[in-house]
Amino acid sequence: MSDPRIAGASVTHFGKHPERTGRDLFAEAGLEALSQSGIDPDDAEALYYGNFMGELAEHQGHQGPLMAEAIGLDVPATRVEAACASAGTAVREAVKTIRNGEAEVVVVGGAERMTNIGTAAATDALAIAADDLYEVRAGMTFPGAYALMARSYFDQYGGSHEDLAHIAVKNHEHALVNEHAQIQQEITVEDAMEAPTIADPLGLYDSCPITDGAAAAVLTTEAYAEEHDLDAPVAITGTGQGGDNLALQDRPHLAQTPAADKAAEEAYGDAGVGPDDVDFAEVHDCFTIAEVLAIESLGFYERGEGIAAARNGETTRDGDLPINLSGGLKAKGHPVGATGVAQLATVAWLLDGSHPRADAVPDSTVGVAHNAGGTVASTTVHVMEVQE
Amino acid sequence: MTESARDGEYDDWLDSIESDDGYYLECSNGHGWLPPRRVCPRCHDQELSAVDLPESGEIASHTTITVPTPQFEDDAPYVTAIADFGPVSVTGLVRDVDPDDVAIGDVVGIDVGERVTTGDRAVVFRPR
Ligand SMILES: [Zn+2]
Repeated sequence: MSDPRIAGASVTHFGKHPERTGRDLFAEAGLEALSQSGIDPDDAEALYYGNFMGELAEHQGHQGPLMAEAIGLDVPATRVEAACASAGTAVREAVKTIRNGEAEVVVVGGAERMTNIGTAAATDALAIAADDLYEVRAGMTFPGAYALMARSYFDQYGGSHEDLAHIAVKNHEHALVNEHAQIQQEITVEDAMEAPTIADPLGLYDSCPITDGAAAAVLTTEAYAEEHDLDAPVAITGTGQGGDNLALQDRPHLAQTPAADKAAEEAYGDAGVGPDDVDFAEVHDCFTIAEVLAIESLGFYERGEGIAAARNGETTRDGDLPINLSGGLKAKGHPVGATGVAQLATVAWLLDGSHPRADAVPDSTVGVAHNAGGTVASTTVHVMEVQE
Repeated sequence: MTESARDGEYDDWLDSIESDDGYYLECSNGHGWLPPRRVCPRCHDQELSAVDLPESGEIASHTTITVPTPQFEDDAPYVTAIADFGPVSVTGLVRDVDPDDVAIGDVVGIDVGERVTTGDRAVVFRPR
């Protein structure tokens, strides 16, 4: 069994590109990733592609072959849908395909076009990741669901909206040098506290923006990389996936994300590492509270203690365990079906030193990507390591 | 509002709440769920029986939503909450109380109300 190497990766600019079609966004990312990899595209044997709301945003189903064609490939192409974890789940499929020996070169990616339908329709589309009968019909929105989790967290463990504001400030600061990021704007705790409320206690700066964008990566075997003399020093050494009840109301705890606990345990076990070995992580901060829940599920903090991490400077770029050096979903943006692969690309670039924030984690060897869908009813965790 | 097919056991359940005859499904190990369910997702028991829903529940968490989906445009701002009825929890709209006065632990009754924007039925909680 060979741990897949990341031979190339690319992301488009994340932002408002309402006139760009999903197929054009993905073509940009996919072709660049193939070019970066140095691999002959004729060697690619499969595409796994993440997308969540293509039917609603572009009236386009059956996107697998469409996207393979867009990057010039005639390969079996599979679209993966797991809400905001679609691309992370696609990565897992690609990893399994390579480990199984079924393919030597696999392209994985994702794209989402969202701003073309406007904020109201995008809010509506995102809500379908929740239980339609029992949540959406009771007024649940995507921010509303995380607001319920945030209030429950404060009630059980303490913490405040101001603690969450520190997470927003941190991730905005991290994104200042990221040219792919949707928001490159420094904010203060006061800005975040005074921003309009979306679903109390969460405000505008607790929420990721609505984003158009795509990401792609080319994975290959260690043997193929050696044989073709590829520059591919980063391997995906652990993969994990966990699930949970879809509706929040059916879970024993509103302020915990056991799907992520399960995914993390599996991925760490697979890689033979533990949370203490991790140098940095990209986690799914669709809302500020989601970063807190993620770093607790990943084992970096005990339950109830993750809330203070950003305020204490522990997860900032000069902290002991930088979280979301890309700016996270919060500032980098969240083109839903692309996010998991954008995280993978970010971790690879931080490990190989080519990311503009790589100076925050010099000599790092282990990075983690955590991608969550809905209210974390789906989660993937991937461990990546520098080889040699 | 266009006529559409009923959603089977979900609409039956709403009917039961509307006629003060609310229930939930309980497995042999006491895990509670809302219909339709053929199996307990926690323990895989398929012997699910209808049990009377307690008359009141406690708010487990709540939020006042100011940025709604188009289907709730005229409802906003509104309060969505999860209320704990013992073995089962239910999500609903909190009515008849100032949003600022809703708190975790508040005791509420369950009813069926109308959504302002669409006139569709929805689970509603009111203070008791
Ligand atoms: Zn059971």
